[in-house]
Amino acid sequence: MEHSTRHTVIFTTLLCVVFSLAVSAVSVALRERQEENKTLDRIKNVLVVAGKLEPGESLGREEMRSRFESALEPRLVDLQTGLYVDGDPMAFDQRKAAKNPDTSRPAPNNASKVRRLPDQALVYLIRGENGAVAGYILPVEGMGLWSTLYGYLAIEPDTNTVRGITFYQHGETPGLGGEVDNPRWKALWPGRKVFDRRWEPRLAVIKGQAGPVEQDPYRVDGLSGATITSNGVTNLIRFWLGENGFGPYLAEMRRQES
Amino acid sequence: MSKPREVLLDPLIDNNPIGLQVLGICSALAVTTKLETSIVMTFAVLFVLVTSTVAVSVLRSLIPGSVRIITQLTIIASMVMIADQILKAYLYSISLQLSVFVGLIITNCIIMGRCEAFAMQNKPWPSFLDAVGNAAGYGLVLILVGFFRELLGSGKLLGVTILPTVSEGGWYVPNGLMVLSPAAFILIGCFIWVVRSARPEQIEEEFHVGALSQPGYEGDLR
Repeated sequence: MEHSTRHTVIFTTLLCVVFSLAVSAVSVALRERQEENKTLDRIKNVLVVAGKLEPGESLGREEMRSRFESALEPRLVDLQTGLYVDGDPMAFDQRKAAKNPDTSRPAPNNASKVRRLPDQALVYLIRGENGAVAGYILPVEGMGLWSTLYGYLAIEPDTNTVRGITFYQHGETPGLGGEVDNPRWKALWPGRKVFDRRWEPRLAVIKGQAGPVEQDPYRVDGLSGATITSNGVTNLIRFWLGENGFGPYLAEMRRQES
Repeated sequence: MSKPREVLLDPLIDNNPIGLQVLGICSALAVTTKLETSIVMTFAVLFVLVTSTVAVSVLRSLIPGSVRIITQLTIIASMVMIADQILKAYLYSISLQLSVFVGLIITNCIIMGRCEAFAMQNKPWPSFLDAVGNAAGYGLVLILVGFFRELLGSGKLLGVTILPTVSEGGWYVPNGLMVLSPAAFILIGCFIWVVRSARPEQIEEEFHVGALSQPGYEGDLR
């Protein structure tokens, strides 16, 4: 059917307005639920990396929260001094804090392309049976190939041995870089060592295969076909466990232990 | 104008969008490693297909011919975004597994195809039936492929172990090919073979070099 230019312009304008309103309305109406899902997903990932939840095990919302509260203690850390600071850790959004100029500083040039460092960071302490610290969970992030990878690294109380690693958000190629989610790859991490004798981060994801944990503690198998994502994981570990990341905090924890 | 019953049931076997028209293959490869994602994808496509074809059908006399494709795409893209938002709110873990493939429903040729080929010429009710039929035809193949890929590839159905795999102490050696995309091609090929053995009228004439230039040839160039 032939229509006038005037009709075409009016029709397309109205169409765009109506459908964008519909999309916005749905988005606004569902935002709260989506945010809650994200929080629960974060809790779930922390529980999994802490070894308190089997991957694939499903729990109700309440159970998940209560298990989280019994096994993990979120704490805020001043990244520069490495000391704990007061504040409500559950209300703290580290990614928001890193964007706000009042609560962050520009990061030194780094391979992970982290632009700003938050003044405070959110860590989780794993509580053992007797209440002693059984491990630390540190948030890590860094550039892969297409996207920033966001995840957690769990380490033992010696602040050196890896307990586990997980990434909860990334946009890497499914089947290649996306294999950072592969449980078999993640299972290669526990027992590896992060730091060398001078407490410099040394752990790296290599190209090809690494040896077993005892013989080759500083290297992890690369993801085949995903060298840039693998390097991204190396970079983000080295950055976040180094002097600009959680280095001072972990040093403080070691000092307190000894 | 064909009967409502035909409009609804034809796309299941006789005019299956994947089997006969060979459309929507991309998502049929990507999301069918598990039955669960296949089912959710089917419903996402059903939602998008029904809402967008009905919207196109309602607006069909107003849609200017010069911008009809982009108009259809605007409608489809909006519906896909809404479907994506709903999945993120109510089926979060599955939406993470489907990741980009929900967004890629926009590029699913079945939806564009039904809007352009059917909804632009028909009233809302027949368009609705046509959309349900085509989504069911698409979903039938997706679910069949997902069924075999999950069963043979990981010994499970909907996450429940059916064939205990060797790595978990059972007897079944999983077929690694099944979790990779080519398996979907093979299974869809088998589906087309079975259907065409039962319905020989679906078999096209053999393709001749130069056939494209013959007048009157309206081959399936997709």
